[in-house]
Amino acid sequence: MDKQVKDLLANPQRKFNAVELDVLAAYFRTVIFDTLHDRGTGHWGGAASVAELTTALYFNRMNIKADDPTWADRDRVILSKGHASMNLYTTLAHRGYFPVEELATFRKLDSRLQGHPCMTETPGVDMSTGALGHGLSIGLGMAMAAKLTDKSYWTYVISGEGCLNEGQTWEAMMSAAKFKPKNFVLMIDYNKVQLDGTEDEIMPLDPLAEKLSSFGWNVAPKMYDGNKSADVLASFEWMDSDDVWPKAVIYDTVKGKGVSFTEGKNTWHGAVIDDESHKKGMEELQADLNRKEAVL
Amino acid sequence: MSVAMRDAFGKKLAELGRTMPELVVLDADVSSSTKSAIFGAEFPERFFNVGVAEANMVDIAAGMATAGLRPVVNAFAIFLALKATDQIRNTIAYNNLPVVIAGAYGGLSDSFDGASHQAITDIALMRAIPNMQVIVPSDARQAEMALEYALKQDGPVYIRLNRNPMPDLPASDVIQTVKITEGSDITIAANGITASFATEAAELLAKDGIKAEVFSVPFVKPFTPDALVESVKKTNKMLTVEEHVLFGGFGSTVSEYCMKEGVFCAFDSIGIEDTFTESGPYDTLLAKYGISAEAIADRARALVKKNIK
Repeated sequence: MDKQVKDLLANPQRKFNAVELDVLAAYFRTVIFDTLHDRGTGHWGGAASVAELTTALYFNRMNIKADDPTWADRDRVILSKGHASMNLYTTLAHRGYFPVEELATFRKLDSRLQGHPCMTETPGVDMSTGALGHGLSIGLGMAMAAKLTDKSYWTYVISGEGCLNEGQTWEAMMSAAKFKPKNFVLMIDYNKVQLDGTEDEIMPLDPLAEKLSSFGWNVAPKMYDGNKSADVLASFEWMDSDDVWPKAVIYDTVKGKGVSFTEGKNTWHGAVIDDESHKKGMEELQADLNRKEAVL
Repeated sequence: MSVAMRDAFGKKLAELGRTMPELVVLDADVSSSTKSAIFGAEFPERFFNVGVAEANMVDIAAGMATAGLRPVVNAFAIFLALKATDQIRNTIAYNNLPVVIAGAYGGLSDSFDGASHQAITDIALMRAIPNMQVIVPSDARQAEMALEYALKQDGPVYIRLNRNPMPDLPASDVIQTVKITEGSDITIAANGITASFATEAAELLAKDGIKAEVFSVPFVKPFTPDALVESVKKTNKMLTVEEHVLFGGFGSTVSEYCMKEGVFCAFDSIGIEDTFTESGPYDTLLAKYGISAEAIADRARALVKKNIK
């Protein structure tokens, strides 16, 4: 961790601006790539594509207390695409939920950092995920519970194409439009690449925004660039712009973002990062971080 | 005949709703069958009909449970156990969330609807899931007690309910194994509504001079063996009866326990053999698949004659 990042993270609970968020997300990518290489297991592609989304949520948006992870009034995140676990763990650790050093235990026996997020193991994980397609239903339940318990917390569900392939997600789409809980947002990490190939090859989803609208959702009128923090913050402004629920935002993202030879490549969904790829990739990620720090 | 379990369960939900503001009830478009509609009529703001989408319903309930609510999900047992297995396992049980899974129309009790609606594998599925408790009440009173018990637990409970009015059995104050008849020749452990048939079988056996000790055993998991073990020490014969396939259900639970713990006895188990069932009137359907007083008495007579070496 260089001085600029260290200075930024000295006070992780403050509200970060777009330039700072870009630096943090770029730094988190270096940590994720490095750790996945060290551990020889885990999912890089999807973890890289959501980096700006989770960073902006935890370092700009959410009402949370890292020292009280189960605070009843906290905003909730469900990483429905649970294979991006290393992204969530990296974000939570640097936000103050548990020691950063613990990231090195990812997927080790007896570690609190399970292969996929586990709410009973890891402080800050609001829901265990891994089997795709659960998140939207669970988030809906959380959001409905807010009304019943007279609370005003927000519930964010982050889903990828895999979740949208699952029929359960569309059951949840229908029921969310029926129950219309407030402060309930589906954030789609639309990197258009799945495990076996591109989304077009595996299961075409377009016209996605129209599908969501036809299911009765309030869909953001534009697709935001999910790998640009300024755009992600703009999407937050849209979330606050009206009181029509449920809301969905589609983010244009890049799988394997930040490393040229992994970008948009389904083969990097869960591939082991070999030494040569690690060396080249870290150089690119570090250069990206340096560029972003230069704007601070 | 008592009231049907489902009627008792629905009324109990509404009764508990009056003192438990955190109680929420979900149903998958069968609330007039499961009788969760009784709760829904009294507490519409805490009742959620999610349509025919069991998987979605279970995960919605899980989300609610994380926020301090006490959800009870209702649907036909077969569809909860099979269409929502992933949600029950990966969300409810893995996180040990206090959700009550009420499987209505259990066993063959949706008799006329046929094999597609008859839950004969639900107990095996639910029992195999860590953190899950599995209760199969034998009558309406046990169904009410099972619900009260389940709502006091810190984790999930599967309650398998029956559609039809069944005879009332001797009552107890808590949901537990109940000894219905005293006997010294054979122990009959009956799960769920089969207990009433086993009780009738004991009367038939008594005419032949065979004294059967019949137990109604609602808990499949955690299994509570003490009363059965004490009985079988006396009888050396154990016959289990269940409204479920013979793989992985109640009979399996008892035999696994006995083998592991060195409780040796002549053993037999009545349940549905390796076959799908069919449409028909409930009593005759059960009888065709081996669950009747006469069939239980026949198997008991054969077992009594069997000597273990």
